[in-house]
Amino acid sequence: MSELLKLLENDARLSPKALALMLEKEEGDIKKMIENYEKEGVILGYHTEIDWDKTNREYVCAMIEIKITPQRDRGYDHVAQKIYNYPEVESLYLMSGGFDLAVFIKGKTMREVALFVAERLATIEDVISTSTHFVLRKYKDNNIIYGSMPTDERENCI
Amino acid sequence: MLDYSNILSQTIQDIKPSGIRKFFDMLDGMKDVVALTVGQPDFVTPWHIRVAAIESLENGKTYYTSNSGTLELRSEISAYMNRRFSLNYDPKNEIIVTVGGSEAIDISIRALLNPGDEVIIPQPAFVCYGPIVELAGGTPVYIDTKEENKFKLTADELKEAITPKTKLLILPYPNNPTGAIMTKEDLEPIAEVLRDTNIMILSDEIYCDLTYGMNHTSIANIDGMWERTIIASGFSKTYAMTGWRLGYTLAPAEITKQMLKIHQYAIMCAPTTSQFAAVEAMRNGDEDVEMMRSEYNRRRRYIVSGLRSIGIDCFEPEGAFYVWPNISKFGMSSEEFCERLLAEEKVAIVPGTAFGDCGEGFARISYAYSVEHIAKAIDRIEKFVSKLG
Repeated sequence: MSELLKLLENDARLSPKALALMLEKEEGDIKKMIENYEKEGVILGYHTEIDWDKTNREYVCAMIEIKITPQRDRGYDHVAQKIYNYPEVESLYLMSGGFDLAVFIKGKTMREVALFVAERLATIEDVISTSTHFVLRKYKDNNIIYGSMPTDERENCI
Repeated sequence: MLDYSNILSQTIQDIKPSGIRKFFDMLDGMKDVVALTVGQPDFVTPWHIRVAAIESLENGKTYYTSNSGTLELRSEISAYMNRRFSLNYDPKNEIIVTVGGSEAIDISIRALLNPGDEVIIPQPAFVCYGPIVELAGGTPVYIDTKEENKFKLTADELKEAITPKTKLLILPYPNNPTGAIMTKEDLEPIAEVLRDTNIMILSDEIYCDLTYGMNHTSIANIDGMWERTIIASGFSKTYAMTGWRLGYTLAPAEITKQMLKIHQYAIMCAPTTSQFAAVEAMRNGDEDVEMMRSEYNRRRRYIVSGLRSIGIDCFEPEGAFYVWPNISKFGMSSEEFCERLLAEEKVAIVPGTAFGDCGEGFARISYAYSVEHIAKAIDRIEKFVSKLG
């Protein structure tokens, strides 16, 4: 039932009780459905959206475009695995277009990110080239607009 | 010093200020209040609709439109009424674009009434009908709808209220504040009562896109009713466009011709920028409406079950975005209940009496708020009612 998934995608903190009320189901059924989704790997985890710019954490984000030569017998998956196993890699996508893999990583400094690319990524056998783009500002992520704090300005009319 | 009471219109001085207003004034300056009072969507107008307005300004569309609104918008309204409700209105002479649903109600009533005419108004209802009728020299005749009838108007109640002076019946469904709706089956007997009379109908259908479980039916769809019906509707609730002030009337050409005179002399035309936005809303807004309706529906289920689970009886609303719980068992007047709830637990809801005397024993709670906000309010209301025992 995708309505349940959509609600959880938007707010993982909704309790089974609240979800049951909204979807006109029994609380027990909702718990079971969530459990099943977790077992089947449909639900893979729960996150909190944090604007790190509002904390004193020092960090930089980068997107790295990677071009590779896929090997006849192992395709892209083998290279992908070599990359995503690094804990520094937050996301990894196989892309269409001018390059093959998009890697998103977070590091403490630009130097740290640059070194990671040079030492860990560029040295992988099938990698032809890398191109590193640093993120200057995050405007929106996971449907949330950063920096804006919506306030209820509606007036009671009549 | 001038004695204004001798100068100002007696009619307007005799009209009571809105009862909701008084309660809202109490809220001013209070902190940490969880309010469930607002009668407008919490969604922002969808971005593509706002973009259409911005582009119209960039392109210098800052002139008046024709009195009845742009033909482009009237054609969109006509197409929308056809695809949504199978109703046909000629964009050329049966549609007027107005400043909100409010003006649509005003010009409808003013175009119909002669001094002394009676207007039947089912209550509880939105607060504007009676005062507008009085301003037009008419006499409001209220019918108290009943909880056991799900706050629908019944044929018997209507028959009893009709006199030789009856000019107009106002049908405010889907209803603010009760959330009641009138289905085709509910409307048939009403139509039967009116069929051989000269009584007109003003059907306020501003919440027509916010019904849950079934599609809204307009009384204009019932045999013989189109010719005697004026539909007042608008963009505010359907597309979350309250601030744009845009509504419309749908009525037979001869009626529209007379209403247009009031509109053109008093208003000139509805805001041009809003009209450009509204064209985009009607052309490409169906998905937005569906998204908002689903969200309201989830909140509706949440709040009705939530209130019932803490021991508050609550009629199941099927339209608009309000619930209308029965609080009579707590042994207080609606006003006292709401004032104490506000003072003791800082939750604001509107006393039922703000919508007519028959609202005594009830309160209006809006669910045009996030589930998180509603949950917080229900927790506090639970604390309050558990103290009452």
